[in-house]
Amino acid sequence: MKNKSLVSINDYSKEEILQILELAAEFEANPNQPLLKDKVVASLFFEPSTRTRLSFETAINRLGARVIGFSDSSSSSTSKGETLKDTIKMVSNYADLIVMRHPLEGSARYASEQSRVPVINAGDGANQHPTQTLLDLYSIKKTQGTLDNLTIIMVGDLKYGRTVHSLLMAMAHFNPTFYFVAPQELKMPREYIIYLQNKGITFYEQSDMTNLEKADILYMTRVQKERFSDSMEYERVKNAYILRNYMLENTKPNLKVLHPLPRVNEIHTDVDPNPKAYYFQQAENGVYTRMGIIAAIMGLH
Amino acid sequence: MSTHKQLQVSAIENGTVIDHIPADSLFKVITILSLDTIPHQITFGTNLDSRKLGKKAIIKVSQKFFEDDEINKIALVAPDVKLNIIRDYEVVEKREVRIPDVVVGIVKCFNPKCITNNEHIVTRFKVEDKRELALKCHYCEKITTKDELIMV
Ligand SMILES: [Zn+2]
Repeated sequence: MKNKSLVSINDYSKEEILQILELAAEFEANPNQPLLKDKVVASLFFEPSTRTRLSFETAINRLGARVIGFSDSSSSSTSKGETLKDTIKMVSNYADLIVMRHPLEGSARYASEQSRVPVINAGDGANQHPTQTLLDLYSIKKTQGTLDNLTIIMVGDLKYGRTVHSLLMAMAHFNPTFYFVAPQELKMPREYIIYLQNKGITFYEQSDMTNLEKADILYMTRVQKERFSDSMEYERVKNAYILRNYMLENTKPNLKVLHPLPRVNEIHTDVDPNPKAYYFQQAENGVYTRMGIIAAIMGLH
Repeated sequence: MSTHKQLQVSAIENGTVIDHIPADSLFKVITILSLDTIPHQITFGTNLDSRKLGKKAIIKVSQKFFEDDEINKIALVAPDVKLNIIRDYEVVEKREVRIPDVVVGIVKCFNPKCITNNEHIVTRFKVEDKRELALKCHYCEKITTKDELIMV
């Protein structure tokens, strides 16, 4: 996948995904590998995201490359009215790789078409965030030993949550069984249901947090008040999607609880000391996964 | 005199007659085919009675023979159009239009947060459903449906 942009998780095949995860594991075993010390990577954050930016820039630095760029658009030429196209044209003359986060949807695909060098999408509005998906996959593989034949329960905002949609599509390569737990208003959209049906993947939809004992992975997401057209409905359901430690009592020993972070209150802090809580390590895995992605795109094996 | 005048409007020597346009799509068809800028004689009639469409419109373009790619664009707004190709006052060919697999530069993405609505970019859609008309944006990946269809 040398020189291939990563805009959407669907851009990469199953084999390419597995290759990145293997590289990530090697970087976790030995994080300081200055394999890219003659390279320059541009980190263009048109909207601030400290968490994602620090993860990327740590990955770039551990690979020995140098970083140029900006951390929000007020310090970039965009604030002077420069188009995205012109910014990308300019930067792709300077850098060997572009990492970009932008508030508009589709901006990363457009940038990848305008750029002379590969573009990694670090989030384009509510559209795609493929490096989050790859770090989720890495976390699942690392904790379960495999990605194949797992049972995954997804909880919370399944309608607007882009991380669950991308994870669903990526996991579809590996014969999963899904349980979708969401209030009526935030159910998994029809297009993803059809996607799974076409692939012959087993899934169940439910509105309460049952069947936890069947899960290998419990993937929690935020249920945000502003997503509800009716605030009464929000008040009615908000406590139904909060994970408490006692609920993990009869779950499988290999179960891990994942969350894309930051959380609000959907995982009670009484879960944090439980060894099944994995969301903080999951975030740490982001650096190794991003090293694997960058290395793969720069043509390292 | 009046019959002579009617004949002038309805008959063309060489060209294309685009029939069975829904009356409310006439101006969209004119825009999509850029008929406002071509130098040939064009006549059109609208709010004509049609058993199938209620009110239909018709366009007659002299000296113009459309390529498939060109004419298929109008299938988005006028799927039941019938084309009559005229040579020497005779209908020499009848054609229909097909909704294309990819729609480039005709339709706006409905998503206000899409990059194509914020920068000068030629829009591009994959047609996911031809019957119901569901257009998936190449950029933001959201689906624009029939009811949300706005021409660029
Ligand atoms: Zn769009």
